[in-house]
Amino acid sequence: MSIESLLTYLPLYFKGAGYTISLSFFAIIIGVLLGSILAVIKMSKNPFLNKPASAYIQLVRGTPMLVQLFIIYYGLYVINIELPDFVSGVVTVALNSAAYIAEIIRAGIQAVDKGQMEAARSIGMSYKKAMQQIIFPQALKNILPTLGNEFVTLIKESSIISVVGMHDLMYNAQVVAGATYSPFVPYVIVAVFYFFMTTGASKLVNTYEKRLQLSD
Amino acid sequence: MIKTIELTKSYGNKEVLKGINTEIKNGEVVVVIGPSGSGKSTFLRCLNILEEPTSGKVFFEDQWINQKGINIDTIRTKLGMVFQNFNLFPHLTVLENITTGPVQVQRKSAAEAKQIAEALLNNMGLSDKAAAYPNSLSGGQKQRIAIARALAMKPEMMLFDEPTSALDPEMVGEVLQVMKNLASSGMTMAIVTHEMNFAREVGDRVIFMDEGTIVEQGTPQEVFDHPTQERTKIFLSKVL
Repeated sequence: MSIESLLTYLPLYFKGAGYTISLSFFAIIIGVLLGSILAVIKMSKNPFLNKPASAYIQLVRGTPMLVQLFIIYYGLYVINIELPDFVSGVVTVALNSAAYIAEIIRAGIQAVDKGQMEAARSIGMSYKKAMQQIIFPQALKNILPTLGNEFVTLIKESSIISVVGMHDLMYNAQVVAGATYSPFVPYVIVAVFYFFMTTGASKLVNTYEKRLQLSD
Repeated sequence: MIKTIELTKSYGNKEVLKGINTEIKNGEVVVVIGPSGSGKSTFLRCLNILEEPTSGKVFFEDQWINQKGINIDTIRTKLGMVFQNFNLFPHLTVLENITTGPVQVQRKSAAEAKQIAEALLNNMGLSDKAAAYPNSLSGGQKQRIAIARALAMKPEMMLFDEPTSALDPEMVGEVLQVMKNLASSGMTMAIVTHEMNFAREVGDRVIFMDEGTIVEQGTPQEVFDHPTQERTKIFLSKVL
């Protein structure tokens, strides 16, 4: 594979990387929101709330994302809901990571010393206020490192959407491989792309983590 | 000030409190002593409903506070509590630990809360620690900050749950001194402690608890010098 053809296809890689980054970005935001809600519901004492949440988490964690992707992608088609490819990609990855994020958040909250809630309640804070002001900020510190790993995993795993033909980084590598009859180099190049994306994501999380650690 | 009627607390089949009837009057300093597992901490924690009583009633200023539908958060602002393990908020500075209650719960302005906190820190001799985080403090300093945090709410009564049990011996004195000052300022206090000399010195009344009941109570002289119950005598012979 010549340098020229490398340069020819470079924009395609960047386009794919952009697709992967924006898909991961939206999936992470939705995943964190949904995961937080799931975590709170799972910790509630009401069995009508916590049982379904637990079931959802177990189901998602117990089945391959590829299967989930097909179910959402083709399932929506069967019930006549047509979503743009990008949206169903985001939905799949977000719904999947929400289950993992919920467990990370729950563990982080439960790792906060029980005395913190008691102290907060003892000065008259409501349960909700104690959660917001005292428990969540401390849980965040427990959660962030693991959450960072989850972000990295999410970026990598999102490559699965290329299977149903969404134009992400991985898909574009396949396109290049097909066009150039050279399967090796394009995949090495996307590996480098993925590596820089995941390292960048970890760096971002690390910086934020350091800022939180000022009180230690 | 606070009164309990047939107060019981059970965890599963284990009955920790077996019907406590007592009353703490305005300005009174009551010290609760007894062997570990006697239910004295549970009793104290039932007074601000940090533990939900299994049965019986708790009254705070003639208000039945363990009934359904009562806003316990408002009651708790009047009942300061100090814990064995301090439970300071590690993500907040010393000053923020003290101002968070007045600001978040009582909706005081940041400036007013800061003024209250600074006065308290000054009283405790810890003004220079305002910007520090709890993890950088000694145990004795932490506990004094925890007392300041509770006092910042301007409570009508203070509950102390073994406030010196987690401290190194050389730091017990500074915390007890703060509590003594508080007692002589007229604060109503309920104190669970193993510090017998302190109990004798500061207590208006001493309650001896064992196996979930009040075995004996009276003035420190009565309980320490002339105990009438066999269990009290055995306990005192071990700790004095």
